[in-house]
Amino acid sequence: MSTEILMPALSPTMTEGNLSKWLIKKGDTVKAGDLIAEIETDKATMEVEAVDEGVVLDLLFKEGEANIPVNKAIAIIGDPNEKVEVKKEAPVEKVIEEKKIEKNIETKIETKKDNIIDTPSPKIEEDTNLSSEEITMRQALRDTMAEEMRKNNKVFILGEEVAEYQGAYKVTQGLLQEFGKERVLDTPISEHGFTGLAVGAAFKGLRPILEFMTFNFSMQAIDQIINSAAKTLYMSGGQINCPIVFRGPNGAAAQVAAQHSQDFSSWYSQVPGLKVIAPSTPYNAKGLLRSAISDPNPVIFLENEILYGLKGPVNNDINFSIPIGKANIEKEGKDLTIVTYSIMLQKSKEAALRLKEEYNLDIEIIDLQTLRPLDTETILNSVKKTNRLITVEESWPFGSVGSEIANIVQRDAFDYLDSPVIKVNSADVPMPYALSLEKLYLPQVDDIINAAKKVSYIK
Amino acid sequence: MKKLQKADYIKMYSFMLKIRRFEERAAQLYGMGKIGGFCHLYIGQEAVVVGILMTIDKNDSVVTTYRDHGHMIARGLDPKRIMAELTGREDGYSAGKGGSMHMFSKENNFYGGHGIVGAQVPIGTGIAFTHKYNREKNICRTYIGDGAMNNGQVFEAFNLAALWKLPVLYIIENNKYGMGTSVDRAAAGLDLYKRGEAFGIPGEKVDGMNVFSVIEAADKAGKYVREGNGPYIIEVQTYRYRGHSMSDPAKYRTKEELDNYKQTDPIEIVKAEILKKKIATKDEIEKINKNTLEEIKNAAEFATNSPFPKDSELYTDVYL
Repeated sequence: MSTEILMPALSPTMTEGNLSKWLIKKGDTVKAGDLIAEIETDKATMEVEAVDEGVVLDLLFKEGEANIPVNKAIAIIGDPNEKVEVKKEAPVEKVIEEKKIEKNIETKIETKKDNIIDTPSPKIEEDTNLSSEEITMRQALRDTMAEEMRKNNKVFILGEEVAEYQGAYKVTQGLLQEFGKERVLDTPISEHGFTGLAVGAAFKGLRPILEFMTFNFSMQAIDQIINSAAKTLYMSGGQINCPIVFRGPNGAAAQVAAQHSQDFSSWYSQVPGLKVIAPSTPYNAKGLLRSAISDPNPVIFLENEILYGLKGPVNNDINFSIPIGKANIEKEGKDLTIVTYSIMLQKSKEAALRLKEEYNLDIEIIDLQTLRPLDTETILNSVKKTNRLITVEESWPFGSVGSEIANIVQRDAFDYLDSPVIKVNSADVPMPYALSLEKLYLPQVDDIINAAKKVSYIK
Repeated sequence: MKKLQKADYIKMYSFMLKIRRFEERAAQLYGMGKIGGFCHLYIGQEAVVVGILMTIDKNDSVVTTYRDHGHMIARGLDPKRIMAELTGREDGYSAGKGGSMHMFSKENNFYGGHGIVGAQVPIGTGIAFTHKYNREKNICRTYIGDGAMNNGQVFEAFNLAALWKLPVLYIIENNKYGMGTSVDRAAAGLDLYKRGEAFGIPGEKVDGMNVFSVIEAADKAGKYVREGNGPYIIEVQTYRYRGHSMSDPAKYRTKEELDNYKQTDPIEIVKAEILKKKIATKDEIEKINKNTLEEIKNAAEFATNSPFPKDSELYTDVYL
C-alpha cells in the first residue's frame, strides 16, 4: 500500500512552502525518522523527516519548486511490488483544504488579493514615487531598518534571534551580515533585562530598535517600558529623553492560543510618554517605521504576524516617511465611518465591499496608523460627514482604543450622530485554541456588517 | 593606587558632612510639611558614595536607587537645586516633577534616581553598553540596594553585562534592611557579592563604614572594569541610621544595634584620621562644620523660597 508524503505545515502561519532540496531519490528505501527534504517556509529552511516507511515510488515536485500548498502530496512511498496509480497532481483531501482556508487569515487575504489588498488607497495612488514591484510587509520593515542604520550609526537592533537566526519572523534578515554583531545583537531570553539595558542605552544617546519576538513577551518588561522609558523625560524635567523603538508582532497569529495571542494596542495607548503605531500595509509600515526610528521618544510599533506576508507597493525613497499621529482615509464614503487599524483594516475593506453590494452603503474607512497621539480631527470630520461610526479592532472590548474614540465622538460630535457608536472587538475572554472558537473570538467580516447594519437601522 | 593627598582628606570629610547635614535638614523640612511623598535618607551610608567618588572620572556615568540625595551631592551637584527638587519647586533638578526619588543631571552624567527597586540595574548596564558601543573609556557605576539583590532583572542584567563584557561596576549598598525586612529574612545566602559568580563576575565585600576601605576596593574594581574585563561587584557593608523612609519608625531593629554602628560612624573615622595625620586642626575642622551648616541652611531657604512650577508645566516634557 502506498502512502503520500504531504507538504507539512512547519509554523502556525505557514500556508505554503518551497521545496529547496530533496534528500532522497526515487527507489530509495526510507525509514521513519530519515531526512527526506529541505523545505523553505515563511520563517526558515527546515529539514523534514519521514514518518512512514517504504520505497520512494515517486517525487511529485522538483527541487526549487515554490509555493507548494500545505498538505499537498510531495512524494509517494510504498511497496515497489505493488502496482500503484501515481497521480501527478494528488488531490488534497477536501476536509483538509477547508480547514486550511479557515485556519489562516493569511490565506483569506491572499485569495482576496486581487479585489481588495492591491487596491491602493487614494493616498498611495497619488504617490508618484510608488515602486512598480510589490514587497512584503516583512521586507518593508527590514529595508527601512537597514536604511536607517546606514544613515545613523547610533541605531542598533537587539532582541531574541534577531541576528544569527535572521529573526524569528525573518524581519531582520541579512542585517547581521551587513551591520555586524556590534549593531545587531542576539539577546538571551530575558526581556526585563535587555529592555532595561536598551532603555539605558537610549538615555545615554543611542537609538535602539528592540524587537520583541512577540509583544506577549513585552509583559516581562512592561515596568521598564512604562516606568523607565515613558516617564523619565517628564521626571527629569525634560533632561533625559528615550529614543527607542519597541517593535514586533502583536495580536493573534493562528491557533497559538491565550498566552501568544493578545492585542496590546489599548494597553500601551493608555500611557502618556509613549507613542503607539500600528501599520496595516507595507507602504505605511515603511513610512511609519522611519518616523518611529527618527523620533526622540519611545515608540511602540505594533506589527502583525499575519500581515508579514502581505504584499504591496512601497515608496522606495530612503527619506519617505509618514508622520506619526496622522490617520489615513483609506476609502472615502458618505454613509458610515469605520475606524480601524492594523489587520482589521483588511476585514473592514472586505466588509465595505459587501455592504456596498448588498445594502448599497457607501463606507468611509479610516486607518488610524498611529494610536497615540490619536488623530481625532480626521475621525471627527468623518463622523460629521457620515453621522455614523463603528470601530473595528482586535483588542478586548474593555477600555479599548474604540472605547476612547466613542468617548471623544460623543463628547465632540454628539449632535452629528444619527445612531449610537458601536465597537467591534474580540470576545471578552482569553484566546481559545480550538480553530472554531478562535474564529468566534476574533472580529469577522460578518460582525462588521452586522454592526454597520445596526447603526444604519437596517434589519 | 594613587596616594591620598591632604586635599583629598578634606574633600572626603567635607562631602560626607555635607550629605549628613543635608539629610538632617531634609528630615526637618519633611517634618514641617515642606517636603512631601517619600523621602529616603542616606545618613550613616556617607562613606560609600564618597569613597567611590574619590576614584571617579567626571565622564563616567552613574545611576542609583531612590536613596539618591547623597549621590547627587557627591557628584558635585548643587545642594540648593537638590533641596528644591525635594520641595517640588521649579529650581529643582527635575523642575519639581521628579521629587526625591527621581532626580537626574544629564550634563553631569547622573542618570537617576530610580523609584522602582532593581530597575536601575539593567539601565546602568545599558549606559555601560553605550560607553562600549561608542568606544569610550568610561564606565557606569550602578548602585544596588540589598533589597534589589533578590529581584530577577538584576540577574538578567548581570548575565548581559558578563556576556557582552560591559564596563559596569555594580555597587551593592548593603544597609542590612530592605525596608523593614532584614537581609537574612530576604536573601538565601548572605554573601551578596558572590551572586555574580555563576556569571563569572568577580566580587568582594568591603567595610562601608570606613571610607578608606571603600576607596581601595573601588580603585581596584574600577581599574578592572575600565580595562575592558567586564563587570565587577562590590558589596559595601553599611548601615542607615534612619528608617527606610521618613514614615518608618524602624521598630524592626534594636537601639543597641543602631548604637553599635554609630560607634563606627564614617564621618568620625575620617575626622579622627585628619587629626591624627595633622592634616587640619580642630579649629579648621570646626570651620568646615560651620560653613557646611551654613551652606545647607541656605539650600533649605532657597528650596522653600523657589516658586512652585507653573501650571502650564503640567503638560510639558511628556514628549520631546
